[in-house]
Amino acid sequence: MPDTSAPSFDDVPRDLPVETLPAATILFAGDSGDGIQVTGAQFTIATAMAHNDLATLPDFPAEIRAPVGTTYGVSGFQLHFGSVDIRTPGDEVDLLVAMNPAALKVNLHRVRRGGAILVNTDAFDARGLELARYDTNPLDDPALKSAYQVIEVPLTTLVREALKDSGLSHKDIDRSKNMFALGIALWLYQRPLEAAVTWTEKRFAKKPEVLAANLTLLHKGYHYGETVEAFAVRYEVAPAAMPGGTYRAIRGIEALALGLVTAGVKSGLPVFYGSYPITPASDLLHELAKHKVFGVVTYQAEDEIAAIGSAIGASFGGVLAVTGTSGPGMALKTEAMGLAVMTELPLVIVDVQRGGPSTGLPTKTEQSDLLQAVFGRNGEAPMPVLAASTPSDCYETAYEACKIAVDYMTPVIVLADGYLANGSEPWRIPDPDALPDFPVAFATPKQAVREGEVAVVDAPDERTPEDNDARFLPYVRDPQTLARPWARPGTRGLEHRIGGIEKQHETGNVSYDPANHQLMVRLRAEKVDRVRQTYAPTAVNGADEGDVLLIGWGGTRGAIEAAVERLAAKGRRVSSIHLRNVWPLPDDLAPIFDRFAHLVVPELNNGQLIRLLRDAHLRPFIPLDKIQGLPFRTAEIEAFVDALLDQE
Amino acid sequence: MSDPNELSPSTPEQPERPVPTLPPGATAPRRVGTLPPGFASGTKTPASAPGPADARPHPKPAKLAGLPEGPGAPAVLPPRPAMPPAGGDGGGSASAADRKAWATDQDVRWCPGCGDYAILAAVQRLMPELGIERENTVFVSGIGCSSRFPYYMNTYGFHSIHGRAPTLATGLKTMRPELDVWMITGDGDALSIGGNHFIHLLRRNVNLQVILFNNQIYGLTKGQYSPTSEPGKVTKSTPYGSLDHPFNPLSVALGADATFVARAMDRDPKHLTDVLRRAYQHEGTSLVEVYQNCNIFNDHAFEVYTEKATKPFSTVYVEHGKPLVYDQGRKGLRLDGLRLEPVDLTGSAFSADDCMVYDETNRELAHLTIRLFDAPEHLPRPFGVFYVEQRPTYDALVQQQLAEVQALRGPGDLRALLHAGETWTIGNN
Repeated sequence: MPDTSAPSFDDVPRDLPVETLPAATILFAGDSGDGIQVTGAQFTIATAMAHNDLATLPDFPAEIRAPVGTTYGVSGFQLHFGSVDIRTPGDEVDLLVAMNPAALKVNLHRVRRGGAILVNTDAFDARGLELARYDTNPLDDPALKSAYQVIEVPLTTLVREALKDSGLSHKDIDRSKNMFALGIALWLYQRPLEAAVTWTEKRFAKKPEVLAANLTLLHKGYHYGETVEAFAVRYEVAPAAMPGGTYRAIRGIEALALGLVTAGVKSGLPVFYGSYPITPASDLLHELAKHKVFGVVTYQAEDEIAAIGSAIGASFGGVLAVTGTSGPGMALKTEAMGLAVMTELPLVIVDVQRGGPSTGLPTKTEQSDLLQAVFGRNGEAPMPVLAASTPSDCYETAYEACKIAVDYMTPVIVLADGYLANGSEPWRIPDPDALPDFPVAFATPKQAVREGEVAVVDAPDERTPEDNDARFLPYVRDPQTLARPWARPGTRGLEHRIGGIEKQHETGNVSYDPANHQLMVRLRAEKVDRVRQTYAPTAVNGADEGDVLLIGWGGTRGAIEAAVERLAAKGRRVSSIHLRNVWPLPDDLAPIFDRFAHLVVPELNNGQLIRLLRDAHLRPFIPLDKIQGLPFRTAEIEAFVDALLDQE
Repeated sequence: MSDPNELSPSTPEQPERPVPTLPPGATAPRRVGTLPPGFASGTKTPASAPGPADARPHPKPAKLAGLPEGPGAPAVLPPRPAMPPAGGDGGGSASAADRKAWATDQDVRWCPGCGDYAILAAVQRLMPELGIERENTVFVSGIGCSSRFPYYMNTYGFHSIHGRAPTLATGLKTMRPELDVWMITGDGDALSIGGNHFIHLLRRNVNLQVILFNNQIYGLTKGQYSPTSEPGKVTKSTPYGSLDHPFNPLSVALGADATFVARAMDRDPKHLTDVLRRAYQHEGTSLVEVYQNCNIFNDHAFEVYTEKATKPFSTVYVEHGKPLVYDQGRKGLRLDGLRLEPVDLTGSAFSADDCMVYDETNRELAHLTIRLFDAPEHLPRPFGVFYVEQRPTYDALVQQQLAEVQALRGPGDLRALLHAGETWTIGNN
């Protein structure tokens, strides 16, 4: 580790033993108003700067400020970091920082036996215990202290004492106690302070007294660790061996935004993003709204339908159009999605999935919109569906979706989820030149044809816009992709009308002809099937053959691959594949399935991909479903496979 | 079917029909070079849809004649051309050939006698005289009888879904402000299923024209009452009479801060054309409600305003700067407190000088005038341009903000964007 990352004021360290860990998991928990998410994000940056690999799981209530001290108001931020490859936010917590009794009550079960719990003892008063529905003070329970290493810190007292001359109100002082806790955690794991200092300076640049208070607490917390003999050991987590490159920490939702901006640059098209705020997709609107220098226009529509309608209108105008939402919004957009299918306009629809049905679990993650994405429209309305698998994979998935949309003149759905959107990980920043450009060739006047001519995309050059006998045929198709031409309004000679009524083949005129309808339904389906031409071969993670193949999609990738690693280490013959292109399904799966005895499909739903797989492959796929609003823990998948193989 | 790629065997047995509605380039049969294998066999270019097409003469294919030379869409929104003086039936100096260039070769499929024909004719008449080009013009519609309109305009067109035309039109105009966008909608489309989008379009003031065909009935679904139907209306869905209170689309529009609010009717094409011309000239969302007769499901709905015997005393045409006088000068409207009161101008008590002089920039007056609606037996129904306000348009503001941010911060640099925030480097990269 470079010397610069060592805190400069840590020059008189207490003579504590240092235990080196390959990885650790910390969970900060407290009231949703306690600044838990900020604390977690700061620890994340400090950890990234220490060159650890990491994965995070913010977990917050749907209520903005739930009643203080209640269990349902507990906000959490879990961070798993290590010198090894980190794929999940961690199964078991090594250190729980509980700002109040409710935070302890909600999260105690996540702490491993023997793990550490740092509590703010000031919050464990009669009122706090009552709010958390504790009959007795859990800190007085000898069982707690025998099972866990409990570190009792009178956080509120310490913070008030440290800031008694700051001139800040009691309320402001109490709100800053997260910085003290952050300081302790940074000390405990030997994280550098610089990143948190820089961030704090930026955040409170306009409020010098608040800035001073926060920096004081950060440092006091750090020093508290070494002065108070509450800690028996400090931990060291060495830098991870990561591929060379420049890194940043990125959340999935940020990566989605960057992928869309990149696609705009690569296609040469302005980006239009129409959206209506909805958890957990709103941050995509917030992120994209920053990028006006790239010509990105964001439109906060009056509702979900207006959001997609405006995007379809923009797409008709020759723009890279995107709309984003979560499950309930997807439901509202479905009719308009069908319109995009019928009019064969490029459109990207981002669905950041959350627990459903109905309002469901707005802030919790789930993978339950897959069948909705693949089938959830009236009529035969196929469209490609892509699923991002990690926060950083969101970048390429968004780019790929845009490319498919314009290459195939089709709406494309991108599935992310709350875990991917809010979770962060180190991202090796890609070379923007590495992704290919996909300049869009709009239809030209020479594509109009005269009577008796064959309609082809590559028409003779001598056609002029003033050729009075020529007609533009908006539904003539590219022979390879079956894409229809994209005619930009403003182009003379290509005036045409489209809409939601069935189209006559080639002319695009209204047609109720029975044979034509069947032809058009088949053509639209075949076009979507041909998106397979763009797929990379399906890669097997692990050995090419074995006893169990785990078949995953979306945000479960980290947990599945971590489980494969653990199982393989025990000698189990387990591999996995992970689908980014969920629909149409890749056509190279059968030979892979042939090489494994058991086919297990882990999903955060009641069995959705498994239905698509059974339909296509008629094999005894085994479901592994978790529907708790939480991501898989690696151990859950590991245990399932162990049980499966042990019962043989 | 054994081969999923084969079309239904019934295809070849389809009776041969003349295909007069096909554009020349699509005449069947001919080789279809772009079909994938498996689709070509036995495939004919399908005939036109069944329908009462044979009952009407088939318009000849439109010509692209008369278009000036020049490149496609201008990059910058040009100022709208000054209007030539109106004249003749419905106004306009466009020749028949000019008008024809704006019509498509598609059969118009509205019921014979429908008021929509007159509105279509007025629009097709107006277009050539506006000095605009077909390729820069887009008609966007929702669902309903009126929303078939774009198919008959030889421009770019989008027949979208029920109630959602404002959303498409907004997205299009926001990103392509140099295009002329017209939105076609009806009382069900705009005020019922699309009511939300309608008010938000108006408050945003997107620079486009809305023609709202109000026939006070659902036509395409065969005759249910609409949000503008009168109370007690007996329809298929209200055999004992409708209990719904109808609303006044123009009051809704003013309530939503619309910047151009007008009313015309299908049976007065000259006035309709004049109002549409003014709507086009206005920068912002121009709402033109058109009373349109549905002779199948709601015939005579506006008869009192359109027929010679009753029209004079049942209607008042408002004009900016002119007193509110009607019935060939025999009656007028006078401001009495906060309401407009009809007065008799034939006696000695009142003259035209006592009548309210209309001011289309006065929102309160517009409100009062538009509310000549609640007691139709005593008051004339007003027509004309009721309210005009100059307010920045949404599309212009969006483009302006983009330009300002780009001027301030320079063009986007993708590499810099990806590297934004805290970064760290591992190895020699």
